[in-house]
Amino acid sequence: MSYSLRTPLLFGAVALLFILQGSTDWWIFAGSWNASLTILNMALISAIMALGVNLQWGYAGLFNVGIMGFVALGGLATVLVSMPATPGAWSQGGVGIVFGLLVGAATVVAAVLINTRMAAGRNRTLATIGTLVVGFFLYRFIFDAGVAGVEAINPAQTGYLGGLNPGGPENYKAHGYMTLLAWPVGGILAAGAAWVVGKTALGLRSDYLAIATLGISEIVIAVIKNEDWMARGVKNVIGLPRPVPYEVDLQQSADFVARADSLGLDATTASTLAVKLSYSALFTVVLVALIILAQLSLNSPWGRMMRAIRDNEVAAQAMGKDVTKRHLQIFVLGSALCGLAGAMMTTLDGQLVPGTYQPLRFTFLIWVMVIVGGSGNNLGSVLGAFLIWFLWIQVEPIGNWLMSVVTYGMEDGSALKTHLIDSAAHMRLFSMGIVLLLVLRFSPRGLIPEK
Amino acid sequence: MDFLNALVALSNFVLIPAIAYGSQLALGALGVTLIYGILRFSNFAHGDTMAFGAMVTILFTWWFQSMGLSIHPLPTALLALPFGIVVTAMLLILTDRTVYRFYRRVKAKPIVFVMASMGVMFIMNGVVRFIIGPGDQRFADGERFIIKARDFKNATGLSEGLAFKTSQGITIVTAIIVVAVLFWFLNRTRTGKSMRAFSDNEDLALLSGINPERVVMITWIIVAALITIAGTLYGLDKTFKPFTYFQLLLPIFASAIVGGLGNPLGAIAGGFVIAFSEVTITYAWKKVAVYLLPESLEPTGLVQLMSTDYKFAVSFVILIVVLLFKPTGLFKGQSV
Amino acid sequence: MSEPFLIGDSMTGGYGKGPDILHDCTIAVDKGEIAVIVGPNGAGKSTGMKAVFGMLDVRSGAVRLDGEDITKLSPQARVRKGMGFVPQTHNIFTAMTVEENLEMGGFIRTDDIRETIEQVYELFPILREKRNQPAGELSGGQRQQVAVGRALMTKPTVLMLDEPTAGVSPIVMDELFDRIIEVARTGISILMVEQNARQALEIADKGYVLVQGRNAHTGSGKELLADPEVRQSFLGG
Repeated sequence: MSYSLRTPLLFGAVALLFILQGSTDWWIFAGSWNASLTILNMALISAIMALGVNLQWGYAGLFNVGIMGFVALGGLATVLVSMPATPGAWSQGGVGIVFGLLVGAATVVAAVLINTRMAAGRNRTLATIGTLVVGFFLYRFIFDAGVAGVEAINPAQTGYLGGLNPGGPENYKAHGYMTLLAWPVGGILAAGAAWVVGKTALGLRSDYLAIATLGISEIVIAVIKNEDWMARGVKNVIGLPRPVPYEVDLQQSADFVARADSLGLDATTASTLAVKLSYSALFTVVLVALIILAQLSLNSPWGRMMRAIRDNEVAAQAMGKDVTKRHLQIFVLGSALCGLAGAMMTTLDGQLVPGTYQPLRFTFLIWVMVIVGGSGNNLGSVLGAFLIWFLWIQVEPIGNWLMSVVTYGMEDGSALKTHLIDSAAHMRLFSMGIVLLLVLRFSPRGLIPEK
Repeated sequence: MDFLNALVALSNFVLIPAIAYGSQLALGALGVTLIYGILRFSNFAHGDTMAFGAMVTILFTWWFQSMGLSIHPLPTALLALPFGIVVTAMLLILTDRTVYRFYRRVKAKPIVFVMASMGVMFIMNGVVRFIIGPGDQRFADGERFIIKARDFKNATGLSEGLAFKTSQGITIVTAIIVVAVLFWFLNRTRTGKSMRAFSDNEDLALLSGINPERVVMITWIIVAALITIAGTLYGLDKTFKPFTYFQLLLPIFASAIVGGLGNPLGAIAGGFVIAFSEVTITYAWKKVAVYLLPESLEPTGLVQLMSTDYKFAVSFVILIVVLLFKPTGLFKGQSV
Repeated sequence: MSEPFLIGDSMTGGYGKGPDILHDCTIAVDKGEIAVIVGPNGAGKSTGMKAVFGMLDVRSGAVRLDGEDITKLSPQARVRKGMGFVPQTHNIFTAMTVEENLEMGGFIRTDDIRETIEQVYELFPILREKRNQPAGELSGGQRQQVAVGRALMTKPTVLMLDEPTAGVSPIVMDELFDRIIEVARTGISILMVEQNARQALEIADKGYVLVQGRNAHTGSGKELLADPEVRQSFLGG
């Protein structure tokens, strides 16, 4: 099959899966457009993450195992931008927190300065340790007081700083566009974290970047879970504003009900579909724009240089290319895409629930998407995202179906049968692992290989 | 008297737990470092393989318990351990045959091995959850304490009690035995030396007639023993939950890298460096400080540098510092 | 004329699927003799020796050891047939002690290797002194001795050395050559590649001058040293 035909055919096949999911309840399909759109929306977001990872892996051969952390930073950005500021939080401790963090940062800077400026010896060691100890206690003193102040404000509802939404606690949902502003901010936050990691781990053996990114993502999650003043930690932030209308509002609009009626839909169904479709439209716009940008960059001199570096680092270095700097650039860029996607995901969910960030679900699943789709090929990773996300959701019905086949002859209520059926959910990880290994072994270039 | 009390509190809450945890990390890091030295990749499936090894041991433990088999006052898990090791070794060799051997043949880049290990991680993860479920499992039995806090107080008259758990004692003793056997094997036996030679200079090892497939197989068997022991000890000491084993990956990698990847001695040192840093930084020092400082200076807070939720951050920061300043680790590891 | 003990006969070949580097090149050595391959940079000296050892594809021609065709054997199998090889670089186990290096050299042997280790120590007394030191801590010349010692552990009938004197001082070089002559006196054939053509030819029974993967001049060491053309183009007059 020629490559020019292969790509549209594969996309067509995946589209068919989504259509079947919407239109028929045959075999494993749900027969619900609502379910189909739910999968589609997450698939669109996953596709952006996959694009980001593909930038890093496909263009530059960088192995990022911290996708979850960058995604979570995007989610954090959504809260920090789109929620209203908690009244009184800034005066009762917010300033203290910021000041405390500044003291902390100043301590580190001072220690580094002492270390570089003073002559080596006992005095330098003492001065460095002294600065660090004094600075640390000063930081904790100011910071802890600030945190206590913020977290004391109506802890059941807020107890955190809140964000930048100009509507205030009463009217913030009217300013839904703030979530859109949060998307690029999410990208920037993730880019900042990526810069720090890249600065330390790039240029070393490829495994080290993997381990360092794994570490940073665990820490990002730990911080989001535990720093209640920032985004309420595990108490979650719910009720984020939306960039699209609310179902209730739609149902009350006579105009909308009439139009739904003309399509033969009842108002409730029509409103959920409309909301989901609006999200799909927004996400599609972002995804398409990113694909175009990625394609343009891939074929630009910059993209060619990146691939030249990937294929032969030594030669590129000999030609005077600063490999580490280029790597840093693309690592930051790819992570920014993950942050952007993370912000979009939190917007779609309408809430930030740190407990749901699981590395297997975010980091490793995205990797499966990229590898299956075709590393080095933007369209490939997008296709991989759609296909794998669909399967990820559908593995459960497939697993149930499989288990019912396997246990067909068994007695009802037997311990083994119950165990097998109960465990069907864990088939997900197992089957994703099998898919990854099979593709890596037998089709390492993926469904749509790099040209 | 106060000084003694402080010392007891320190041992009870810092020294003993850190030594036990350090031993577990060291055993885990030894596995990572051996795989890195021989197969030359960072094995991301290590944590989940550890969970698998511990799980098999737990299943055997339950079986033995149901048959009334016991080695009281020691936990039955010790009896089940050899069986766990054998099953895990078979699984690892099977994994090597079906997954990694192919990439060795085609001389794939290390990063491809890392990715394959990610796929293996997924599968192990699924298998463990499929068989035993994602929740906490209890399998410890036997005597819980070697020294009980109350007995210690009565015997010494100190107000601070010292509790020494059986699991901690077993962990430390087992770790010492395992490490001693491993080093004897690596430094004194022909097979062990051939493993070191292979790790040192693969081409020359081949030239000397060392069979790489045999070296690889023995490595997996040793790794199986190390992680099954480490996983079981960790489960006895704390709790068995599949996800915690995945999370152990970071401190284990940190230990191996801090010590110098590929260097067994370094892995042990790294394990203790990480464990002690984690415990001392996340421990609330108030208890110790109360005994040592005059009343007027007594701290009001917990005197805790960081909340325990940030223990991963500790290993990570140490890891970053080492990567920045000494990428080959404290003991000279293999080149980066 | 009877066939030499080891001969790479009219070898043509290259690495993997790459272009041919050797063209109809013949290299041979007789029992207890020293044969030296010299030539300008990039002439295929090391390649020629590696072809004899089976480290590249010989597409036409053959390698025969003691009359037996070994063209298809892997390097490992050739070691078992009695060929010893000392690579130019990475030729010792740096993290292992000198004695462990020797033990690994004799890994394929099932009989007692103590005696051979003793013989190596007698040949290279400095190694006995340093037996428990990591080989990576030794000086350049000592490391080469370890490397040669390791290769001798299989009791080879042919020893092949790839530029054994690269990067060592002239004094050490002379000493190494003395040792190599001693090895040859025990009846082991020596085939070596050398940068220091003049000194090497002085000790050589047979010399091969390679140019662009072809035999340019062949003769005894003395003949080549006396050949005005060889002197002019390779020995600097």
